[in-house]
Amino acid sequence: MSTPSMLLSLLLPLAFGALLLVGARLPLSVQRAIGLVGVLCVLAAALGVLARTAQGDILTTAIGGWPPPFGIVLVCDRLSALMLTLTGLLGTAALLHATGGGDAAGRHFHALFQFQLFGLAGAFLTGDLFNLFVFFEVLLIASYGLLTQGGGPARTRAALHYVVLNLVGSSLFLLGAALIYAATGTLNLADLAGRLGHLEPTEARLAGAGGLLLFTVFALKAALPPLHAWMVPAYAAASAPVAALFAILTKVGLYAMLRLLSLLPDTGSGPAFAGSVTWLLTGAAVLTITAGSLGALASTRLGTMIGYLVMLSMGTLLAGIAPGTAEGLAAALYYLVHTTLITAGLFLLADLIASGRAQGDRLVIGNPPRDVRILAPLFLLGATAIAGLPPLSGFLGKTLILIAVQNPAAIAPAVWPWIWAAVLGSSFVVLLGLSRAGVLLLWRRRGAASRQDSVANAVECRPGLARPALVGTSALLAASPLLMLLAGPLTGFTLATARQTLDNGDYVAAVAGFVPRASAVSEEGTDP
Amino acid sequence: MEWLIATMIGLLIGCGIYLLLRSRSFPVVLGLLLLSYGVNLFVFAAGGLRVDQPPLIASGSPYADPLPQALVLTAIVIGFAMTAFVLMLALRALSELGSDRVDERQGDEES
Repeated sequence: MSTPSMLLSLLLPLAFGALLLVGARLPLSVQRAIGLVGVLCVLAAALGVLARTAQGDILTTAIGGWPPPFGIVLVCDRLSALMLTLTGLLGTAALLHATGGGDAAGRHFHALFQFQLFGLAGAFLTGDLFNLFVFFEVLLIASYGLLTQGGGPARTRAALHYVVLNLVGSSLFLLGAALIYAATGTLNLADLAGRLGHLEPTEARLAGAGGLLLFTVFALKAALPPLHAWMVPAYAAASAPVAALFAILTKVGLYAMLRLLSLLPDTGSGPAFAGSVTWLLTGAAVLTITAGSLGALASTRLGTMIGYLVMLSMGTLLAGIAPGTAEGLAAALYYLVHTTLITAGLFLLADLIASGRAQGDRLVIGNPPRDVRILAPLFLLGATAIAGLPPLSGFLGKTLILIAVQNPAAIAPAVWPWIWAAVLGSSFVVLLGLSRAGVLLLWRRRGAASRQDSVANAVECRPGLARPALVGTSALLAASPLLMLLAGPLTGFTLATARQTLDNGDYVAAVAGFVPRASAVSEEGTDP
Repeated sequence: MEWLIATMIGLLIGCGIYLLLRSRSFPVVLGLLLLSYGVNLFVFAAGGLRVDQPPLIASGSPYADPLPQALVLTAIVIGFAMTAFVLMLALRALSELGSDRVDERQGDEES
């Protein structure tokens, strides 16, 4: 089955990006308008795909009309649609914030932004290991460009580390993919799922080595310790809208990891994977949560702290995935939506706070920023959501994950106390760190020296809050109460998503049963 | 021939990793280059090594696996572009930071 909206969500950002590249000399306002139309179109296409897949369909199309497993297939199940929609939402909010002035730092910001969306959409839609590599490279090269926008020593240094590490990661990706091809003779994900169960012992070892190499690469993208060193400096150095968009980059690593895990041969009933995989994931989760929360507590800037919070959320997500049950994965997916939107919103908010304060976002005593009456409630909202306090979605997500891992039928009994201790302990530490940040940034006044500071504030800071920037920020942060209100339908959807992902039968059947019409061109796909 | 190819891949990747661990940006870029050469050879060999066989399926005649050859072309193009980019970035880092060391700490000049 195919639908134009799936292809559109991939091709539209490419088309808009090319348009913006040609029109790089257009006035900034025109570029902004084109870019905004672009992300809104992507969002609309993603919502169209979501509506189709929510009924349980798996959309498939083959570029060029070659039948799978030989042709380039795009596959969209619920998981892909969810990630696409999240990308669209995040892109819209981040671009809104950028139109407040963040896009003026370098040329080609808007074109790179669209290419970044193109790479993300491709990575979520591809049904082929090698094309996953290609789309990773597309989104990486766009992210290199976005990260270095505006220049400056801190940004250049962070970018150099980020680029070198990711190039090493790309080499490892190719090695892993080549090993898997050598062992199985295919790179099509659905085809792989069928063949992995019936390998000779030597081939199985080769494929296992390839799989672990790929796992390493995805762990690098997902910033799991000890492969996390690139992440926090890069996120803290990037301009706010770019950092907000990057909030989904780490999730691409997680998505790819999940796809890889879902290919593992079925163990019959019970969890989709167990034993050493569960232990590997649990260990990575606990390590990530510990490192992330300690980093957040030790941060000296708000941007750095949010970078560590992104890392921490990766650990929490892994903890939900580790048991290999549909309930755990469903909880993790709910938490993924929450944490992506909220951390992105916090990055934007940190920029708003920093631009209204002489000390920037450094956590030192100073005067509160201008417009503190607007910014303080937003910070409270974001902090409450990300720390996981009761009325908001972070609480629900963490609780669902804790309940899911504690299920005695699902996981080795020795595992869950580790996860509980890590998640609950980290929540406390994060609460502490965020309270300290909130007090220092928004509350504390520096008694006698304040007059001097307010002069400095008036001189150095941009005048007032840019309205689109504020709209983008509050829209992302307002997602938390909204996610709480819509928790019922959303958890239902994520549960269905988790079941479909872990039981890869439908996915394999949809790709294997897909026969492209001989005359069909790539743009048309085929009719059901 | 397998022995020769395997040794070459190992040598390239070993030299690449050694250079990657240097502290200045130019050896690091060279290391990335050598690493990608080794990886490209590896991908090329993933379909099995065959001599004097075209990557085309003709009736009855033996053929080499065409897919790794297509993959390695893509990988070479991507690797070339990425190397060019990282070279430019290293030059920019040299001019902006006044040093070509890649191991300087992020927060040195802050506080």
